[in-house]
Amino acid sequence: METYYHPKDLARFGEIGKEAPELWQKFSEWYAAVFKEGALSEREKALIALAVAHTVQCPYCIDAYSTTSLEKGATPEQMTEAVHVAAAIRGGSSLVHGVQMRNHVDKLSM
Amino acid sequence: MALPTLLNTRSPLADSATQRATLNALPLLRTFDEAVENAGHAPLRATAISVLQLNVGKRCNQACRHCHVDAGPDRTEVMRDAVIDAALEFLERSDIPTIDITGGAPELHPRFREIVTRARAAGRHVMDRCNLTITQLPNYSDLPEFLAGHGVEVVASLPSFAARQTDAQRGAGVFDDSIAALRHFNTLGYGVDGSGLLLNLVTNPVGAFLPGPQHALEADWKRELGRRYGIVFNRLYTITNMPISRYLEFLLHSGNLQGYMDRLVTAFNPAAVDGLMCRYTLSVGWDGRLYDCDFNQMIDLTTSADAPQTIFDATTHALAARRIVIGPHCFGCTAGGGSSCGGSTVST
Repeated sequence: METYYHPKDLARFGEIGKEAPELWQKFSEWYAAVFKEGALSEREKALIALAVAHTVQCPYCIDAYSTTSLEKGATPEQMTEAVHVAAAIRGGSSLVHGVQMRNHVDKLSM
Repeated sequence: MALPTLLNTRSPLADSATQRATLNALPLLRTFDEAVENAGHAPLRATAISVLQLNVGKRCNQACRHCHVDAGPDRTEVMRDAVIDAALEFLERSDIPTIDITGGAPELHPRFREIVTRARAAGRHVMDRCNLTITQLPNYSDLPEFLAGHGVEVVASLPSFAARQTDAQRGAGVFDDSIAALRHFNTLGYGVDGSGLLLNLVTNPVGAFLPGPQHALEADWKRELGRRYGIVFNRLYTITNMPISRYLEFLLHSGNLQGYMDRLVTAFNPAAVDGLMCRYTLSVGWDGRLYDCDFNQMIDLTTSADAPQTIFDATTHALAARRIVIGPHCFGCTAGGGSSCGGSTVST
């Protein structure tokens, strides 16, 4: 079956650095620093990444951060709640734009 | 329902040679030999023997999905008297401080209590690898009292503080029986600060991924077991699942074997090599053969050809610095935070 996404392509992520190696190196170093333990724990960061992965709907990120979340000790219950957080923000962001809709309707309406 | 041991289901993996061939056929980025050499530890050798680990047999009242022993109620391999006697004599002649009794369910062995009593009489620290549910069986309900009376360290498996994950790995109803057992141990003082009775828990991941950070998980377990069930314990040990026996079967059937092995290899931590348990443990099989660890035992990788092969000709002098027999499965003990029968091997 033809498909745009191939799970094995995640392992080839580094190939994007071939034509711009300096940019890839800067990205890689910053990326690694972002996920190190800081004011937030590695587990908290993994769960945030998991939620964001569902927001941007990146299948590679969803796979990668599902594994990472488990490996940082997150439970399936915590991970499911993180996905709901993503869904709530996405749903809420649509709904809150409804205020703009209402503003515009008010402007046009008698 | 048929017992899910590899032996009972006549799986090709019941043969250790098939397991070894399966692992050796996997394309991996590097061999364990190469990884150890790059870490500056080649050839890998033992440094001393501070733990004598006896696997007294494969019989168990459980048949956990991840079991590297392929233990279960249908197994008949039980350490015979001559082997036990030789092992105890070896221990008593040596200055090995700790005996670690494992299985299967070691308490099912008819001479388990005698082994404990003799080892304690010889002044050794005794560890019992306990599945907890054994204490809920009618003939073993006094086991916690016996262990407490002899100051035995209990190392008990509990993969999760939630029932669903625990039962998924260890069988239906195991979680509830485990909680009942832990409460019983607590009433005797096990896990209570200052009692001297050590109750340590072991968690293996319930799936094809590495364990989380041991210190963080220990804090989670203490909080949740305390809050939910009023249970206390001393330490939590995270142990990486090894691609052996039933866990290997799980990896194969779920399509996770290559991915999991790749993960183990890429997560190789050179700092974990120092604390590898094979470097300070001597494993004795139910039949008296010697191994560098329980995992090597289950795929029939006996000690190096230039070292004693059985407990009958064992001397600490000939074994203390022996060359360690290694294979692809060894990446399980060096991945991430490292892994051993005593949990993570890399301090954070």
